[in-house]
Amino acid sequence: MRWVMTTNHKDLGTLYLVWAFTMFFVGGLMSLVIRGELFEPGLQFVDPEFFNQMTTMHALIMIFGGVMPAFTGLANWMVPMMVGCSDLALPRVNNWGFWILPFAFGMLLSTLFMDGGAPASGWTMYPPLVLQTGEAFPFLIFSIHLMGISSITGAINVVVTILNMRAPGMTLLKMPLFVWTWLITAYLLIAVMPVLAGAVTMLLTDRYFGTSFFTASGGGDPVMFQHIFWFFGHPEVYILILPAFGIVSTIIPTFARKTLFGYASMVYATAAIAFLSFIVWAHHMFTVGMPLAGELFFMFSTMLIAVPTGVKVFNWIATMWRGSMTFETPMLFALGFVFLFTIGGFSGLMLAIAPADFQYHDTYFVVAHFHYVLVPGAVFAILGAIYYWIPKWTGVMYNEKLGQFHFWWSAIWINVLFFPQHFLGLAGMPRRIPDYAVQFTDFNVISSIGAFAFFIGQFVFIWNMIQCMRGVGEPAPARPWEGAHGLEWTVPSPAPYHTFEEPPVVDDKEVAAHA
Amino acid sequence: MTALTVQAEAEVAKWNMPVGVTEISREVHGLHMLIFWVVVAIGVGVFAAFFYSIWAHRRSRNPKPATFHESTTVEIVWTVLPFVILIAMAIPATGTLIKIEDSSDAEMSIKVTGYQWMWGYEYVGEDYSFYSRLDRDSDRARQVGSGIDPSSVDNYLLEVDNRLVVPTDTKIRFLLTSNDVIHAWWVPALGMKRDAIPGFINEMWARIDEPGVYRGQCAELCGRDHGFMPVVVEAVPPAEFEAWLAGKRGDEGSDTAASEPVQVAEADTGTATATDATEVAAADADADADADAEAEAPADDAASAELELAALMETGEKVYKTNCVACHQASGKGMPPAFPSLIGSAVVTGDPTTQIEQVLNGKNAMPPFGHLSDEQIAAVVTYTRNSWDNDSGVVQPADVAALRQ
Repeated sequence: MRWVMTTNHKDLGTLYLVWAFTMFFVGGLMSLVIRGELFEPGLQFVDPEFFNQMTTMHALIMIFGGVMPAFTGLANWMVPMMVGCSDLALPRVNNWGFWILPFAFGMLLSTLFMDGGAPASGWTMYPPLVLQTGEAFPFLIFSIHLMGISSITGAINVVVTILNMRAPGMTLLKMPLFVWTWLITAYLLIAVMPVLAGAVTMLLTDRYFGTSFFTASGGGDPVMFQHIFWFFGHPEVYILILPAFGIVSTIIPTFARKTLFGYASMVYATAAIAFLSFIVWAHHMFTVGMPLAGELFFMFSTMLIAVPTGVKVFNWIATMWRGSMTFETPMLFALGFVFLFTIGGFSGLMLAIAPADFQYHDTYFVVAHFHYVLVPGAVFAILGAIYYWIPKWTGVMYNEKLGQFHFWWSAIWINVLFFPQHFLGLAGMPRRIPDYAVQFTDFNVISSIGAFAFFIGQFVFIWNMIQCMRGVGEPAPARPWEGAHGLEWTVPSPAPYHTFEEPPVVDDKEVAAHA
Repeated sequence: MTALTVQAEAEVAKWNMPVGVTEISREVHGLHMLIFWVVVAIGVGVFAAFFYSIWAHRRSRNPKPATFHESTTVEIVWTVLPFVILIAMAIPATGTLIKIEDSSDAEMSIKVTGYQWMWGYEYVGEDYSFYSRLDRDSDRARQVGSGIDPSSVDNYLLEVDNRLVVPTDTKIRFLLTSNDVIHAWWVPALGMKRDAIPGFINEMWARIDEPGVYRGQCAELCGRDHGFMPVVVEAVPPAEFEAWLAGKRGDEGSDTAASEPVQVAEADTGTATATDATEVAAADADADADADAEAEAPADDAASAELELAALMETGEKVYKTNCVACHQASGKGMPPAFPSLIGSAVVTGDPTTQIEQVLNGKNAMPPFGHLSDEQIAAVVTYTRNSWDNDSGVVQPADVAALRQ
């Protein structure tokens, strides 16, 4: 009952993280169905319709069930401890925000057993195709509404906590980067989640109440859905990466034993990326037939995002420069992030060039691109963050050898998995096809092998984390990382159930900008 | 010509974007390579600093970290420099984009319509149109557990029953639309793809330089058979194209209504297909025609014979699952009001003529299925009339043939 009723940010943070990991596992199994079917040409295991259901559910579960709750879990655990307050501002809302999730995903997963199967129209839910969904349709819409409510409550909680409850002396420009990136992410969430809710509600009324927002025969416009969806969807992809930027900006200075380079420009770059994310949505839609002026605008604005993103990467490297680096597991994941995310950024820049995008669009090149920014990007950052803070959470050190093995195993196989997909896309393999022409065989075989190997490796992580949660391991000191700064390291490990009931005195050594 | 075709197909670029056979596709390829090398150059610089730092600034080699954490000059440089690089890339990209969007002065227009799951092609103003679907060999091999090795099928999943034949050295405007959901028409060698959206007409254009066969696929998730709607464009010299088109129109204009020439592919006898082959000068068409003629023959025999309920139900279920299930659902309940239930519906239980005509010609949101064979239509009609508690008798292929216009 403690876990159901709890309003403690640490308990809820743990719940979020455990939930996210469960969803990663479910979504991962779905991706194995996909990669299993694509192992060789011809249809071996699943019906094409079921294949489409798997691609759709894999995406929805990974985005809304995996990455977002994992980041929320980290925010729950760390934001109050980093700004020096006792809990999030709205603890009961926090409890609700979490407990909505199992219902939302229970509803979504139950569609697998319904007449007509789960949604099969891709996570983008483009009409008119999505209107052909069977009995799963209303469950899809309502589960998205619930996920949206959960995200918004989490975001409001983070904003209010950060703006109102910082310890005296913790000015905005002294906050850790993780707090900054989450603050900006929370604003993005509050701005765009209602847009998604609106779009799917319009789908719902189109299907059941005779409206024709998106039905051409009734005077509607199927492309309007795409505009609304991507007005949500593009900021959403930054929701999935900004907190990762914050994590990496926390880990690299610690293990380089050097202050983050260009703290202020990091903050401004994050804000610039957030702003640009609102005006580039139609680059997902270059092929829908926009006017030339529109295509030019979206091409130029999209290319601009490379500038603040580049600044971030340069700053991370400048932080490492002339540092004194050691390579514990969190640092390995952070460095893996910088390297592989940059590759994903490069393919993103290529995709921004509209004439070339006409060729790349809806091919495996795009699949490779967004998996490079989401798996070695968002997921590696989450894993790095967990290794970084788990001594604080459990009071014991994780097994360093297993952690290092987990990193190298993941880093190798994730490239085997996704790098060949660049070639597949360039050679002309469309996305979301359950079967392919025989010239695409070789790279698909390699990619599938990578997928299975990557998945298996994650059990090493589960084992390591379970050991920590059981308290098996070397006891962790309050500040287990020599170069770590921040209020969270001033409390004992494991962190007491209630921290900072009295606001701490903020020492200049413990703030991000001038540690 | 055969040699060229083979060459074009053999040069399947495995590692990179194909160069293509239009001016636009060459420009796009050039842009792709330009930005690729720019990215590689930046990557080499950034990763060199990254790995050098990891090597030289590890603790065992550099125990005392530096203390700098700011440099306005450096930060300005690495903000401004990318700007300049981006502008340098944006200029050629803008030029190409303007060319791509300029479809004026087209010499001919082809209307491309996406269906779940095939393409309809209409030569605008030429009074000729047809449907183009996955070819039989690929279709057989792709069934779950077919036991057929895909590599034994020529151009597995990239071959159609009726290719889109176009002239070379001609500015062709493609008008794209759709009849049901959003599809995307894509032939990599033409350097372009564009969505086919219901209620919209989108435009793209191409001027193909070299005769040959160019293959692509639908690129927008369009439902169950999204992976199985290839696009095959056969470019021939203009004179040959004129002869081909004249032949096509001459044949069908006289004995069938021009609006439904597609019947030739499915319903007419093998001779019609053989005639096609002589007129399409492409050498490889002969082999296809033989195969087609063989494939047509049994279907034709079947059409003349009376079929048993069981046989019709079995075929009908397959046809239903491929064509009807998305809207009317496996349960037959449909999704009212958009897609009516078939259980006990007046159309399905009443006079079969109404239902056959509706399947052939479509009604409201329901597309026409005239491209299906008589046997397939008879089977699916029989299937719906005898499933889910319906019990309304058998329809024979002959009944369907009688109603075709």
